[in-house]
Amino acid sequence: MNFPILSSLILLPTIGALFILFTKSSSGKYQSSKYVALFISLANFLLSLYLWYVFDKNLVDFQFVENREWLSGFINYKVGIDGISILFIILTTFITPICIISVNATITNKLKDFLIAILIMETFMIGVFCSLDLVVFYLFFEAGLIPMFLIIGIWGGERRVYSAFKFFLYTLLGSVLMLVAIISIYWITGTTDVEKLYELGIKAEYQNLLWLAFFSSFAVKTPMWPVHTWLPDAHVEAPTVGSVLLAAILLKMAGYGFIRFSLGLFPIASENFTMLVYILSLIAIIYTSLVALMQEDMKKLIAYSSVAHMGFVTLGIFTMTQQGIEGSIFQMISHGLVSAALFLSVGVVYERHHTRLINKYGGLVSIMPRYAIVFMVFTLGALGLPGTTGFIGEFLILMGAFEKNILVAMIASLGVILGAAYMLWLFKRVVFGEMNNQELKSMKDLKTFEIITLSALVIPILFFGFYPEPLMNSIEASVENTLNMYNLDLINNLASKD
Amino acid sequence: MENFQYILPEIFISGSIMLFLLVGVFKKNSASLIYNLSNISLVILLALIINLSSLDTIYLFNKSYLIDNLSNYMKIILVGSGIFVMLTGSKYIQVINLNKIEYPILILSSILGMMIMISSNDLIVFYMGLELQSLALYVLASFNRDNLLSTESGLKYFVLSALSSGLLLYGCSLTYGFSESTNFDQILINSTEFNYGTTFGIVFILVGLAFKISAVPFHMWAPDVYQGSPTSVTLFFAILPKIAALSVFIKFLYTPFANMNDQWQTIIVFISIASMIFGAVAAIGQKNLKRLIAYSSISHMGYALAGLATVSNQGIQSSITYISIYLVMNLAFFSCLFMLKRNDKYYENIEDLSGLSKKHPILSFSLLIVLFSLAGIPPLAGFFAKFYVFLAVIEQSMYFLAIVGLLATVVAAFYYLRIIKIIYFDPEKEEYETSHNLGLKITLAISTIFILAYFIYPSGITEIVSKITMI
Repeated sequence: MNFPILSSLILLPTIGALFILFTKSSSGKYQSSKYVALFISLANFLLSLYLWYVFDKNLVDFQFVENREWLSGFINYKVGIDGISILFIILTTFITPICIISVNATITNKLKDFLIAILIMETFMIGVFCSLDLVVFYLFFEAGLIPMFLIIGIWGGERRVYSAFKFFLYTLLGSVLMLVAIISIYWITGTTDVEKLYELGIKAEYQNLLWLAFFSSFAVKTPMWPVHTWLPDAHVEAPTVGSVLLAAILLKMAGYGFIRFSLGLFPIASENFTMLVYILSLIAIIYTSLVALMQEDMKKLIAYSSVAHMGFVTLGIFTMTQQGIEGSIFQMISHGLVSAALFLSVGVVYERHHTRLINKYGGLVSIMPRYAIVFMVFTLGALGLPGTTGFIGEFLILMGAFEKNILVAMIASLGVILGAAYMLWLFKRVVFGEMNNQELKSMKDLKTFEIITLSALVIPILFFGFYPEPLMNSIEASVENTLNMYNLDLINNLASKD
Repeated sequence: MENFQYILPEIFISGSIMLFLLVGVFKKNSASLIYNLSNISLVILLALIINLSSLDTIYLFNKSYLIDNLSNYMKIILVGSGIFVMLTGSKYIQVINLNKIEYPILILSSILGMMIMISSNDLIVFYMGLELQSLALYVLASFNRDNLLSTESGLKYFVLSALSSGLLLYGCSLTYGFSESTNFDQILINSTEFNYGTTFGIVFILVGLAFKISAVPFHMWAPDVYQGSPTSVTLFFAILPKIAALSVFIKFLYTPFANMNDQWQTIIVFISIASMIFGAVAAIGQKNLKRLIAYSSISHMGYALAGLATVSNQGIQSSITYISIYLVMNLAFFSCLFMLKRNDKYYENIEDLSGLSKKHPILSFSLLIVLFSLAGIPPLAGFFAKFYVFLAVIEQSMYFLAIVGLLATVVAAFYYLRIIKIIYFDPEKEEYETSHNLGLKITLAISTIFILAYFIYPSGITEIVSKITMI
C-alpha cells in the first residue's frame, strides 16, 4: 500500500482545525489562527494538484483506492477517485483558501471558531467526493450539515436562525430516506461497496424505489424545484464565505451523487425517471430565472440563478449522453467558480455599504473601476458568454439535450436568454447607471486581498473558458465508462425481459 | 452451595448495603464517607462482575437464576454507569443538602434490584428484583422532601408504578396459570400451543415493562418524575432502570415468549412507533431541560424497542448497542447540566443556556456534540446507534417502522437544534461557575470524547455485543 494520499487530503484540514484550536486566541486580531488555516488549506490545495498530476487520466478504474476494515467487517472505509471526483476535490481545495483569505471582510467575532468550522467542512466535502462506500458517503454527506448549520446560524444575518433551521431540516429530511435506501441495498446485495455494486448490479424490481430515495436526498441538496426554497434563505442569511462554500461546493455534492450513484447504481430507474428530471429541471431553469429577475436583493438573485444553473446540470446528467454529462460536470465546476466569485463580489460591496439591495447601488463603475471589471467577467461567466467556462458547460448540456429531446432542449435554451437578462440587468443596475446615492461616493476600490481572491477566480474562469481541454481530458474516460456501464445494464435488462 | 461463587457480586453488594447502614447508624455525620465507600464498593462490584464474564451460561438455584454473556454485559454497563452517576452527582447532592446516608444506600439497593432483574430466570425472582429497584426509586424520586415537585414526583411515580406492577403481576399469574411454571425455560417449553391466557399474560407483562422503560402509552410519569426529582436522581432514572428494563424485555421476549413472537411483535412495533413519534413531537414545546430529556428518552426507548421488534439476533444486538451509546450520551448531557451552577443554585431551564457559548466555549462545545449525537447526526456516536437499529429493522423488511423512525429523527432534530440555537445564537446571560469537581469533569470529558471519536473505531461495542447470542 502506498502513501494514503486521499486520507491525507481528508484529514489534513481537520488536523489544521485542531492546531487552530490550540493557537492563542489573543484579543484583537487572531492573525495566527488565520495563517495556520491558510497554510493548511494551501497545503491541501497543492496536495490535490499533485494528486491531479499523478492521476492517470486514461484509466477508467478508481485510483488511489484505500480500503480499510471499519464497521465490524461488513462495511469498509473505502475511498478512491476517478476522473470526475478529482475535479471536485480540486474545486474544494481551491475554494477553501479563497474563503479563508476573504474571511477578513465579513467575520468580526469568533474568527477562530469560524476557521475551524470551514476546515472541518472541507474535510467532509472532500470526503464526499472520494468515498467509494455508500455508508461512508452518507456519513460525510450528512456530517457537513453540522458546520454549515453553525456557519449560517452564528455568523449569519438577521434571519439566520430561521434559515439555518430550514437548511438543516430540509436536508436532513431528504437524506434520511437515502439512509433507508443504503441499508436496503446492503441487505439486497450484501455490500455497500460502490465498485462491487457496479459489478453486481441491483435487480430491476428494486431500482425505482431506491432511485427515488436517493433522489429525495439529492433533489433537496441540488436543489431542484420545488424543494429549492431553503437555498435563497440560506444564501441570503449566510455570511459571504458561507454562501461561497454553499454555492461552490455543497450544491455540487448532489450533482456528483446523481452521476456516481443514481446513474451508476440504478440505470434502469434513471431511464424510467428521465422525464421527471427533465420536467423538474426545466421548471427550475425557467421559473427560477423569472423569479431571479424580480429579486431586489443581490444575494437572493444569485441564489435563484444557482437554482437555475443547477437545473441545467440535472438536465445534462439525465440526457445520458457523453456531451450532456461532460457538460454537466463542466457546468458544476464553472458554477462553483462563478457563483463563488459572484458571492464574493457581493460581499465586497456589502462590506462597504452594508446593504444588499440592488436599488441602493448604481454607477459604481466611476468610483470602483477595478471592481467593475472583475464583476463584469463574473457576470459574463454566469450568463455563459463564449470564452468563459459558463458557455462550455451550457453549450454541451444543450447539445446533449438536443440529441435526446428537441423540445426539452429548446425550452432549456430559453433559460440561457433569461440568464443573460437577469445577470446583465443586475450588472447594469449596480455598476452602471447614475449614482443617485451620495453615500456611495466614499466607497473605495478593491483592497489587495480582494484583488488576490477575485483574480484567483477570474483566471480559471477565462483560462478554462478558452482552453477546457485539461478538465475535459480528465473526465472523458470516466464519463465514457459510466455511460458504457449504463447502456450495458439497460441492454442486459431488456434482454432479460425478452 | 457450590454455586455461591457465581453470585458473589450480588452477595457482595448486599453485604455492603447492610454494612453501610450499620455505619450510618453508629457513626454521626458519615454521609460523605458512605457516599465514597458506596462508590468504591461499586468499583469492586464491577471488578467482580468482569471477573465472572469469561464464564459460559450458568443456571443457579433450580434454574431460577441465570448468568450468561448477556446478563454480564448488561450488569457491566449498569454498574459502570452507576459509578459515573455517583461521580457526577456528588457535588450536586451536597449543594442542595441531600447528602444523607440513605441516598447512596438506596442507589446501591436499587442497583442490586436491577442486577437481580437482569439475571432472573423465573417470574418470582424477576418480580422480587423489580420491586426492590422500584421501592428504592420511589424514595429517591421524592428524596428532596422540602421541594414540592420532588414530593409530587415521588408520589406520582409510586402510584403509577404500583398500578403497573399490579398489571405485571396479573400477567405473571396468567402466564403461570396457563403454562404451569414460573420458570422461563419451562414456560417456553409448555407454551407451544396458542391460548388466550398466555396472550393476555404477555400483554399485561409487556404493559408493566413498558411502564418501567417509559414507552408510550405508559410514559405519563416520566416527564413529571424527571423534572421533579433531584437532577442526580433524574440522571439515575434516565439510565439505569432503562438498562435493566431493556434487558428484561429482551429476556421475556426471547426466552419464555419466544414461540409467540407473532403475537407480541405487533405490540412492540406499535409501542416503538408511538414512542418515537410522541417523544419527538412532545419535546418541541418544553422549557425545562430535564422535562425535555424525559421526552427525548421516551423517543430513544422507541428506537431501542424497534431493534427488539425485529425478532432477530441482529435486532437484539442493535438494541443493546443502542442503549450502550444512549447511556453515554445521557451521562454527557447531565454532566453539562450539573455545570450550570451559579451561587449554589442549579439552573435547568432551556433559557438558562442562552448565549452559553460566549463565556463557556468548552462546555458549549460538549453540549453541541451531545445534542447532535442525540439527534443522530453522523459522524457522532448517536448516528451509529440508530444506524445499527435500522440495519436490523430493514433486514427484516420492516420498511414502515424504519421510515417512520427516521422521519421522527427529523422532528426530534428540531428541538435539539433549538437548544443549540439558544446556546450559540442567542445573546449571552450571566456567567456560570467554572470550578467543578474532578469526577464531573472527567465524566464529561470521557463521554464527549467517546461520542466524538466513536466513528474512528465503531466496531468496538458491536464486537462485544455480537458475542451475546440469544436466538
